[in-house]
Amino acid sequence: MNDVFQAIAMISMGVVGTAVVLARDPLRQALVLGIYGMTMVLTFFALQAPDVALSAIVITTVGLPPMVLLALRKMRDYRDGSEE
Amino acid sequence: MLFLPSAAGLLFLLIDGLRRLPAFGHYPGPYGMVLNGVAVTERHATNLVSAVNFDYRAFDTLGEEFILFTATTAVVMLLRNMRGESEPPSARESRKEGASDALRAFALAFVVAMIVLGGYVVVHGAITPGGGFQGGVVLATGAFLLFLAGETLAMKRLAPNTMLEIADAAGAAGFALLGLGGLIFAGVFFENFLDLGKPGSLNSAGMIPLVSISIGLEVAAAFLLIWSEFLDQALLVRGEE
Repeated sequence: MNDVFQAIAMISMGVVGTAVVLARDPLRQALVLGIYGMTMVLTFFALQAPDVALSAIVITTVGLPPMVLLALRKMRDYRDGSEE
Repeated sequence: MLFLPSAAGLLFLLIDGLRRLPAFGHYPGPYGMVLNGVAVTERHATNLVSAVNFDYRAFDTLGEEFILFTATTAVVMLLRNMRGESEPPSARESRKEGASDALRAFALAFVVAMIVLGGYVVVHGAITPGGGFQGGVVLATGAFLLFLAGETLAMKRLAPNTMLEIADAAGAAGFALLGLGGLIFAGVFFENFLDLGKPGSLNSAGMIPLVSISIGLEVAAAFLLIWSEFLDQALLVRGEE
């Protein structure tokens, strides 16, 4: 049973990880990255590493995407500013 | 021309290395087994990951904590208000547009719950999975939900930047001081110098809960500080120079 769970978690991590790379627009990438984080959490959970899973929950689904989004927003300001 | 032989060599080494990896789920190292045996009796901590991070290998964690501290300092320095940038007067009283009532109600309902959960994860680091780092980010998330609810200024009131900077520095310094305490009272840097208590109870595992709390403080402040600096940037307008 656990083997099946581990396999599903790792395969979904591979699939969603590829999806992150294929989503070329950074804005979309930031959102798909959050989903990738959830599959990573499942994998750590399946491998019985609750400490790492907890870190992954808070970092990849809550911590990282807002930082990417805010940085993108800042870069857009600079681009708009230089084009004027 | 140089690339092909190099790639072939790398491929050979990779395949050779992969072939000799231990089988899936097999751990050949001796230290994990030793720690599994001794950590509960030696440190009275039932969560061995915390025992390793905050006690046996606390010096490594000190380095990691200062990486975060340095990175936060760099972000704050790089994103400070530049000449020619000023806050638009409208940003002062703006309740951010765009947050629907459903999103606001949902986010606000979770603020207190997230902060309580974060505190729980921080103080129970030595007993159950979790610890200062995880709990610290959960704490920061609690305040960040206020921003999601569109209450940017309420988030600033709950956690003003000056307070965050002080908390960030106090957390980092507290951790280093605990290490120095070991040096002074027990003779070795990060040696435990506190009462170990009863395993499994909240007040146990010597200095591990204290280390956990100081890391939680530092991490929560660091994350909020980075978010809040970027948010300030989003509210800035670039004035004419």
